[in-house]
Amino acid sequence: MLTLTLEQQSWAHRVPVGRKLLVLFGATLFLFPVVSLPILSACLAVVAALYLSVGFVALKAGLAMARPIAFVCAIILAYQLFIGDVLAGVGIVLKILAMVGFANFVTMTSRLSDMMDVTMRLLSPFERFGVNTRAVALAFALVMRFTPVLILKGAALTEAWRARSGARAKWHVTIPLVLLALDDAEHVAQALRARGGMGQNGDTPWNET
Amino acid sequence: MERNIVYIALFAALIAALGLLPKITLTSGIPITAQSLGIMLCGTILGAKRGALAVLLFLGLVAIGLPLLAGGRGGLASFASPWAGFLFGFPVAAFVTGLVVEKWRGGNMAVVAAVGAIVGGIVVLYLIALVYYMVMTGTPLMGAISTVALPFIPGDLIKAVLAGVVTQAIWKARPDAVLSRS
Repeated sequence: MLTLTLEQQSWAHRVPVGRKLLVLFGATLFLFPVVSLPILSACLAVVAALYLSVGFVALKAGLAMARPIAFVCAIILAYQLFIGDVLAGVGIVLKILAMVGFANFVTMTSRLSDMMDVTMRLLSPFERFGVNTRAVALAFALVMRFTPVLILKGAALTEAWRARSGARAKWHVTIPLVLLALDDAEHVAQALRARGGMGQNGDTPWNET
Repeated sequence: MERNIVYIALFAALIAALGLLPKITLTSGIPITAQSLGIMLCGTILGAKRGALAVLLFLGLVAIGLPLLAGGRGGLASFASPWAGFLFGFPVAAFVTGLVVEKWRGGNMAVVAAVGAIVGGIVVLYLIALVYYMVMTGTPLMGAISTVALPFIPGDLIKAVLAGVVTQAIWKARPDAVLSRS
């Protein structure tokens, strides 16, 4: 299914995902208490330079991904203008843009499978507390498989509603959609059990029965 | 046990599907999506623990870069915005919603589930989102309420009622599937 990763290859794609996440985490912690406008502007400039170092395509994709944030920034600026402290508002907006821009940059230059590997590695210390990483991996795969399936079923239900009532379906498709999801879940669970299931007793995820 | 994993995964997929279906526009002009309805349903149908796990799974997929949030957003940046308090609050909201449905036996299922959705999916969720927004932007309480909460609460109240209606319908059609009551 669709991902947010940039197809094109670059130096940033070759940096190990774990290292990128560490830098992102560190940068976010560093940026959080900063209020100085020059430092925040410099950080935003560095983020823009990162995008440009990958190419104009990356910058364009990054701006498109940041669009929902523009709305948030506008609200914050409008509010700060209203209470008469515009400079503080500008600082907050610069900080948000830099943090969101950098986080999007990491997402765009990291393959989904690498992200998945890092997630599993981060979870592995919790195995001793009863977290079954194999079950988590299976759950991730199931969601990726079933999200498009449920979207298609939801769209089909919406069409069917429209064909019969003439009006647009609003919440009406929710009940049949949840029923379809529940029936799918029952079938998949049976199929998994029929193929040997998740493993021996005591090998349960999150210590549940 | 396979049943638990699959239910959790399918509900995570359901949250995504509900967020990506066409959105409803309220009379006030603010678009609402059914994504938070998905969060509420995780609690009312799966119960506290499984509901929260389904939401965590959904957020995990968003974090590693799948565009599953309403409007096709996703990626790590979703957690960097000052509105991310909603995301961090989602698992807690599902947990509290589920807890209400698990503990409050008897009574009309639609009422129980709707009350659970209001307590978990609105009261608890907005508390977390408000505090997070105030810390991130330094906005005082009244300002935060007028930008983060007030415009969206009418839509969420509608969704809480819908969560009650949907849960009761599922409770009638597939009583075994309502894990919060099993």
